[in-house]
Amino acid sequence: MIASRDQRPETARPMIECNEIQKYYGDYHALRGIDLVIREGEFFSLLGPSGCGKTTLLRTIAGFEGISSGAVLIDGKHMENVPANSRPTNMVFQSYAIFPHLTVAQNVAFGLRRDPRGKSEKAALVEEALAMVGLRGYGGRAAHALSGGQRQRVALARALILKPKVLLLDEPLSALDRKMREQMQVELIKLQRQVGITFVLVTHDQEEALVMSDRIAVMFDGEIAQLDEPETLYARPKDRRVADFIGVMNFLPAQITREADGIVSVDVPGLGPVELPESQVSRANPDDSGPVLGFRPETMTLLTPGQSSQHARETDVVIDEVVYYGDMTYYDLRLEDTQHTVRISMRNVFGRDVQSVGTKARVAWSPGSLVLFR
Amino acid sequence: MAKPGMDREARQGLTLIAPPFLYALAILAAPVLTILSYSFLTDGYLEVIGEFTFGNYIQVWSDPIVRAVLLRSLAVSAAVTVVTVLLAFPVAYYLSFVVKPERKSMWLFLITIPFWTSYLIRVFLWKVILGYNGVINSSLTGLGIIDQPLTFILYNVNSMVLTLAHAYAPFAILPIFVALEKIDRSLLEAGRDLGENRLMTFWRVTLPLAMPGVVAAVLIVFIPTIGDYVTPELIGGGKIPMIANLIQVQMLALDNRPLGSALAVTAMLVVAVVSLIFLWLNRRFLRVKQ
Amino acid sequence: MSGRSNGLRSYALLYLLFLYAPILLLPLFAFNSGTIIAFPLQGFTTDWFTQMWGNPTLRRALSNSLIIAVSASVMATCLGVFAARASTRFTFPGKGGIMGFIMLPMVLPEIIVAMSLLVVLLGLGVELSILTVILGHTLICMPYGIAILSTAFSSLDRSLEEAAYDLGETKWGAFRLITLPLVMPGIISSLLISFTISLDEFIIAFFLAGTEPTLPTYIFSQLRFPKQIPSIMALGTVLVALSILLLGIGEYFRRRGIARMGGKNGGGFL
Repeated sequence: MIASRDQRPETARPMIECNEIQKYYGDYHALRGIDLVIREGEFFSLLGPSGCGKTTLLRTIAGFEGISSGAVLIDGKHMENVPANSRPTNMVFQSYAIFPHLTVAQNVAFGLRRDPRGKSEKAALVEEALAMVGLRGYGGRAAHALSGGQRQRVALARALILKPKVLLLDEPLSALDRKMREQMQVELIKLQRQVGITFVLVTHDQEEALVMSDRIAVMFDGEIAQLDEPETLYARPKDRRVADFIGVMNFLPAQITREADGIVSVDVPGLGPVELPESQVSRANPDDSGPVLGFRPETMTLLTPGQSSQHARETDVVIDEVVYYGDMTYYDLRLEDTQHTVRISMRNVFGRDVQSVGTKARVAWSPGSLVLFR
Repeated sequence: MAKPGMDREARQGLTLIAPPFLYALAILAAPVLTILSYSFLTDGYLEVIGEFTFGNYIQVWSDPIVRAVLLRSLAVSAAVTVVTVLLAFPVAYYLSFVVKPERKSMWLFLITIPFWTSYLIRVFLWKVILGYNGVINSSLTGLGIIDQPLTFILYNVNSMVLTLAHAYAPFAILPIFVALEKIDRSLLEAGRDLGENRLMTFWRVTLPLAMPGVVAAVLIVFIPTIGDYVTPELIGGGKIPMIANLIQVQMLALDNRPLGSALAVTAMLVVAVVSLIFLWLNRRFLRVKQ
Repeated sequence: MSGRSNGLRSYALLYLLFLYAPILLLPLFAFNSGTIIAFPLQGFTTDWFTQMWGNPTLRRALSNSLIIAVSASVMATCLGVFAARASTRFTFPGKGGIMGFIMLPMVLPEIIVAMSLLVVLLGLGVELSILTVILGHTLICMPYGIAILSTAFSSLDRSLEEAAYDLGETKWGAFRLITLPLVMPGIISSLLISFTISLDEFIIAFFLAGTEPTLPTYIFSQLRFPKQIPSIMALGTVLVALSILLLGIGEYFRRRGIARMGGKNGGGFL
């Protein structure tokens, strides 16, 4: 299993710096002032829905796309006049872009063509790179006969053999089936630790980004909405779009009653009065529908009859819907005396029965897991 | 500064397209424009006089012989088009709906092969097949079925139509086949599911959806046939000329380039007008269906 | 269902017979010892092939036709590569109009192309030769080449070239090492198709060759003389066999190209 996340010190050297990047396609404003520092040895993800500009940003770092204004620096060097084939970056493409008319070994050795080293030395490098991605002995195979997962590995070996300073991955797992994807996620993390190269991953899959990354930049409409570590991003989304995009979040209308000394007091129908420190207060959604309170499904616990929580707040609910997932059960709960429904998730651990629809019950929750969007 | 990406891509694209485009401009557009300007000039003896005139067009459009040849060209082309498309439709239908997918490309290959073999020899062989002492007549007289050779297939418009229908067969089959292949099969099942019989489904679903292919087939057969030169020469024995033969005679034999040019431009206009009418009909037809 | 498809099948087979009738008759008469092209057949002979081979004008026509076909197919394919790459890879102003114009010779009556080119060449005082035929043939072969090459180029994953560039190759290196080998089957198909079209083309050759014979114009001139017809049948047999051979090779390369790209086979030429 994966050990706890390797925390890169904040002081690590910047590897990629994006300064005020603007990019237009004709009249279309694709990147709107991207400011970003990716540190050396970091596993960094660009996350967002399709069309948010994440792939464009990756391609400007790679050098495939020019920028309208701003600057890209890699390892402290200005990249303005450096074309893609001279940048210290290599890319793993969404389609893998394995050359179908070459063998696996010829694919992996492709970037070494201009390398002055001898034939046998290069062959050893290729074998080493293939071993690193678990394809030892596959060198002689025809590339077009490989499976999706194998192509992915060849693409990785082909890029890593050049020892780039940055490896760019454009939705590398989206073409794989679920099982294969989960396996490759783990392998990619291990591989990144092993080679110590900065990885920049583009993905629209929030789960993938959370699992793999040291830090994540969430993008909407050509802008970075939030850049944080996965835990912060999940627990303290700074923006309602981010909260909506990552995981599931319940929203309840809230009324602000008092603001003083860094504490915001709100009144929430069904939950009652809550006091929240500034750290739990975020920007509202752009459509400005008034303040809302958000919380994740797993932060509320359904109490069994007679059970009582020690430190948490409790609320009466009616079970509206039960969705059974095997390891988990999702409950849609109507907060008593309101029309508001929230969804919570409970792990089906030993001794906890699945409760039935229509039952009156109590839930326990803590103000510390709430976020206010205003 | 705003659109450097667009400009670069457009520049690269234009650079790449320049050689073939310039070639087509020099070898196609320039000559056609020359003909167009010639058609408004006056013919002198063995030379063209630079005097603007509509005379050539007036002469072309009022000459009963030209009119007859033009009408004949149109009639032959129309007949060829109708015969070719009608004969081709069931084959395209068979290919699309009955033939197994893995055998389709073999059928298409078989259908296109004759098209690539010597056009001249194919046309001549039809003359051999249909002629006075041809395969059909000599076989039939030899077998004692007829005493006198059949003449309705002899060196006339009928034999020209048959020959041309043969020559342009794959041109008609392919576009119809492509249109039929694009039809979502579940639409046909839906039609039948709603209680329509096969004929109704064909009439109300398949045929309208195949229409773009049929129109493409009509155009792709009609346009080259109207300019065909070889078949009237060989099959018609030069006695029933079409517009192409007339252009050649004016241009070379009579050396009246302005008149020949006016004829050529007229032929192009006729082709263009007929094509536009068909495209317009197709668009209207599609709009009504939607 | 089966009755209906049987009817269609019989019709399709009859139609194929109609398509192949002239080609099937060709060898019959080429090997027939009778001098008149009619049934019943007389006896077997290969004299017509010998006679054909001994004819110096025909040899000259053959060599002219080969020079024209090779030059035109190479030129049309080279120009076609430019056009196909431009149309599948780039967007530029006026793209639809320019491509439509370049593809125009596919639907324009050949007599118009031949006549207008002839008028201009005579007006410029250019002497008619096989060179002028090559110019015309390149023009009419180009759209067919573009159609085939565009299929080859468009089935190419754009990121393949980017990947090669990303791995340190130059733009030209990426094109030469990756794109060119992958579209090579398309290039070969285009060469073969253009060669076949040029070899068979009559009208442009008839008007633009001056006094030089090509195979089709030679055949046309000989069809008037009944004595020559059996050896023309022999020549036709050779030409048809050659065309089928070339098309077979072209089809083989086209399919291999598709297989190599991991795609599915959808159709035939055109």
